[in-house]
Amino acid sequence: MENLIGLLVAVPLLGAALLLCGGRRLDGKGHYIGTVLAAASFAIGAVLFADMLGRGEHDRALHSKVFSWIPVGGFRADVAFQLDQLSMTFVLLITGVGTLIHIYSIGYMEHDERRRRFFGYLNLFLAAMLLLVLADNYLLLYVGWEGVGLASYLLIGFWQHKPSAATAAKKAFIVNRVGDVGLSIAIMLMFTTFGTFAFAPVLSNAGDAGEGKVTAIGLMLLLAACGKSAQVPLQSWLGDAMEGPTPVSALIHAATMVTAGVYLITRSGAIFNAAPDAQAAVVAVGAVTLLFGAIVGCAKDDIKKALAGSTMSQIGYMILAAGLGPIGYVFAIMHLVTHGFFKAGLFLGAGSVMHAMNDEVDMRKYGGLRKYMPVTFVTFGLGYLAIIGFPGLSGFWSKDKIIEAAFAKGGTEGWILGGAALLGAAITAYYMTRVMLLTFFGEKRWVPDEEGHEPHPHESPSSMTIPMIVLAVGSVFAGGLFSLNDAFLKWLEPVTGHSHGDSPLSAAAVTGGTMVVLLIGVALAWAQYGRRPVPRTAPRGSLLTRAARRDLLQDDFNHVALVKPGQYLTRGLVYVDHKLVDGVVNGTAASVGGLSGRLRKLQNGYARTYAVSMFGGTAVLIAATLLMRAV
Amino acid sequence: MNPVNYLYLAALLFTIGAAGVVIRRNAIVLFMCVELMLNACNLAFVTFSRLHGNLDGQIIAFFTMVVAAAEVVVGLAIIVTIFRSRHSASVDDASLMKL
Amino acid sequence: MSGGALAAAASTTSTGEALQFWVLGTVAVIGALCTILMRKAVHSALCLAGTMIVLAVFYLANGAYFLGVVQIVVYTGAIMMLFLFVVMLVGVTAADSLKETLKGQRWLAALCGLGFGILLCAGIGNASLTTWNGLGQANSGGNVEGLASLIFTKYVFAFEITGALLITAAVGAMVLTHRERTERARTQREQSEARVRSGRNVPPLPAPGVYARHNAVDIPGLLPDGTPSDLTVNATLRGRGQIRDVSSEALAELAALEQRSQRWLGRKGNGTGKPSGGAGKPGASENGENGEDGESAGSAPNPRGVAK
Repeated sequence: MENLIGLLVAVPLLGAALLLCGGRRLDGKGHYIGTVLAAASFAIGAVLFADMLGRGEHDRALHSKVFSWIPVGGFRADVAFQLDQLSMTFVLLITGVGTLIHIYSIGYMEHDERRRRFFGYLNLFLAAMLLLVLADNYLLLYVGWEGVGLASYLLIGFWQHKPSAATAAKKAFIVNRVGDVGLSIAIMLMFTTFGTFAFAPVLSNAGDAGEGKVTAIGLMLLLAACGKSAQVPLQSWLGDAMEGPTPVSALIHAATMVTAGVYLITRSGAIFNAAPDAQAAVVAVGAVTLLFGAIVGCAKDDIKKALAGSTMSQIGYMILAAGLGPIGYVFAIMHLVTHGFFKAGLFLGAGSVMHAMNDEVDMRKYGGLRKYMPVTFVTFGLGYLAIIGFPGLSGFWSKDKIIEAAFAKGGTEGWILGGAALLGAAITAYYMTRVMLLTFFGEKRWVPDEEGHEPHPHESPSSMTIPMIVLAVGSVFAGGLFSLNDAFLKWLEPVTGHSHGDSPLSAAAVTGGTMVVLLIGVALAWAQYGRRPVPRTAPRGSLLTRAARRDLLQDDFNHVALVKPGQYLTRGLVYVDHKLVDGVVNGTAASVGGLSGRLRKLQNGYARTYAVSMFGGTAVLIAATLLMRAV
Repeated sequence: MNPVNYLYLAALLFTIGAAGVVIRRNAIVLFMCVELMLNACNLAFVTFSRLHGNLDGQIIAFFTMVVAAAEVVVGLAIIVTIFRSRHSASVDDASLMKL
Repeated sequence: MSGGALAAAASTTSTGEALQFWVLGTVAVIGALCTILMRKAVHSALCLAGTMIVLAVFYLANGAYFLGVVQIVVYTGAIMMLFLFVVMLVGVTAADSLKETLKGQRWLAALCGLGFGILLCAGIGNASLTTWNGLGQANSGGNVEGLASLIFTKYVFAFEITGALLITAAVGAMVLTHRERTERARTQREQSEARVRSGRNVPPLPAPGVYARHNAVDIPGLLPDGTPSDLTVNATLRGRGQIRDVSSEALAELAALEQRSQRWLGRKGNGTGKPSGGAGKPGASENGENGEDGESAGSAPNPRGVAK
């Protein structure tokens, strides 16, 4: 069984290698190869899952050392895999949702001549992400982490002929680098503190290492998570990443990439448990991001960007939950999985809508699509209900638990966090209802595209609708299934641990409150977008709206706070380089030159001068000879 | 008197010749100074021959004369050539080696 | 020289040799100093020749009879003559300026020379030679024979190589001084045509004037109007400013002669009196023309009496 773990990573990696190196010969069947290999990976995952279920609760974890990677003195790095319940969850999510997105892409990318390459990148993405979640040490995890960054760069910039896509890819990559630096520093700190970076020894010794060091490691890990998971302050890349093809957005937002940060924090739970300050920072980041993303999501007219805001917000929920410690780890992962289902469904639905509307992304130019695209409407609608936490659907079960856990943190902190989570739930209901209403209800506000083609909305081909249906089913039932008998809790508890905390409110009260804010959000959205016609061009809006349209000024902030100082620093350094460094260098050169110029005068071309030096030299030689004799 | 005095004389003549090489500009005079130096050497050789009681020193002096003759022939030819093209026998004028 | 005797080792030379050394040594040093201090290359060469002769004597004194002779024959006789030839070629009158043009050269030369000389003398003194062998034994079969036996046995290869060296030097000197003719030599016809075309007067230049006291190449001939013509005098004399212009003085003499002869003919007064001013003048100018004729014809009756 252990050998299968390596295969999990190897299969999509093989796919990537085949498709990227295979050349034109594979153009016709590349997408099938990619999809089949992704599905094969899922099948392996399923086999391993079945195997794992067959074992006892406490010996479910599997280890598999493939080879010694860097054995240098006291420094040991192995390529070794660890498959426990947490990894298993991720493996199934990644391969499952990934496979569905592969299938969807077959239809979605049908007319793209670089489809083979696209599938190669998708496979690479899966492989990197699987490596990330299967690694048994932080260094190998880092490899997967960077692989994910690379694959996301390639996929976001897939339509590289568009400058905006190329820029977005670079932006994502660079912002991610900031987080990566955090991870690499964290790994170095781990090595100096624990002498190793394998999960088991690091995590079991985290409590004894001294709080200062552990806090430092925790904060660095948080920085890494912020980068990958698009959390404040490294959130700015997510919205621009929508420049990539829609399946990529789905993959990034649902199954891979952004979940990596949550995985990292959950996996490193022991470190955060030993560092309350770092944990508080995680919580703060999560709370801020969930509101930030929600507010941004409210203001965007671009359907994908609205969904991106929502992703940011939902990941914020997960980070918040993960920051709560043992109270929240399980729910963070549970929300991650359910979110994987409904967010993938939503993105695929959005892609389907765009596909039908000549790649139009402005929701104000949609409207009334439910009659034309029934399958998309239903699956998108189910995803919508799931994300806002409609009772009984997936999102309800997981988000409700997170809100409960936030309150359970206790004290003022608990109230603040719980309040933020509740507020987030209300805003989520608002903006998702808005998306729903603008897209599928109301009258048609369609406009012809640049070439004058009137949109003729039609249902997407089955290769696209089937994944959407599967995901919709998942969005509906996953949460309930997980919560049945606390199955998910029991499944993950051996890995992450769990505590109930002491909630000041009963579970029923929290649920009731959630329902109330949900209704308020929906009602507000209905009042604004359902009752009266929606203008095709966005009204100017309040200050907050305008700021939110600009992603709450994140880019402006980055520009002022980072880019400008960076530019000034660079200019300063250039100045220093020109004046000081070059001055020293040129000064040295000039002084050598000047000295040479003076020395050169010795070489005046007059034979007699040379004769004098010969004469003197002979005298010196004689003197030396005499001296030697005397000695 | 000790024949070593001949050696002192030779040293003196050699030094005078060397100084002449250094201070005179006229190539011909310069050559004469070189000849003077060679002759001083010859005197030293001859004296050494006497001091050692064998004729090898004289042989060396003889060869020196031959070489000096050859050197003078070529050197004067060079001087004549230079004089033809530059209308000057001053060694300072032929200072094109300097930058 | 022969005072070295047949003794295996000696510690002093004869008094005669010592005297000779001090006297001739002084001469040699003075000659060397003059060689480097004389402004004219030809003087330097002569001084050097003197020094070399002194050295030849010293060779003889040191038992190197062959070398002594060779020194005089080859060095002083051949090489120094070669020097003199070149000096003549370059210009015998050219005197060098002894002003030093290179900054510090003289000081450096003095410093190096002093240091070098002192160190050399120190080295010789250091050797502390008090006894020597003398050449009595080596020269017993004759100096030339001794040298010959060495040259043609022990040093035969060096000797042959010097032969090659001399040949090479001779060839080198010829190559160096040889001037390649880059254009065809002009024929006599071409030369005469060029001469005519250049506008110079083609026939021989006019003859110089004649003055009875000597053959008078330095006296210009007079033109019909009585002015002297420079063309008639050698260019070298012209260049040196050595033309003797006697025309006006000759005219005056002629005029005086005329007067005198008139006086003689007219029997007026006695011989040596001065010519009377007023009456003689127009006649003098008339006779001047006649006198000119007379002079160019070469008949000057009695110039000696009135020599300047």
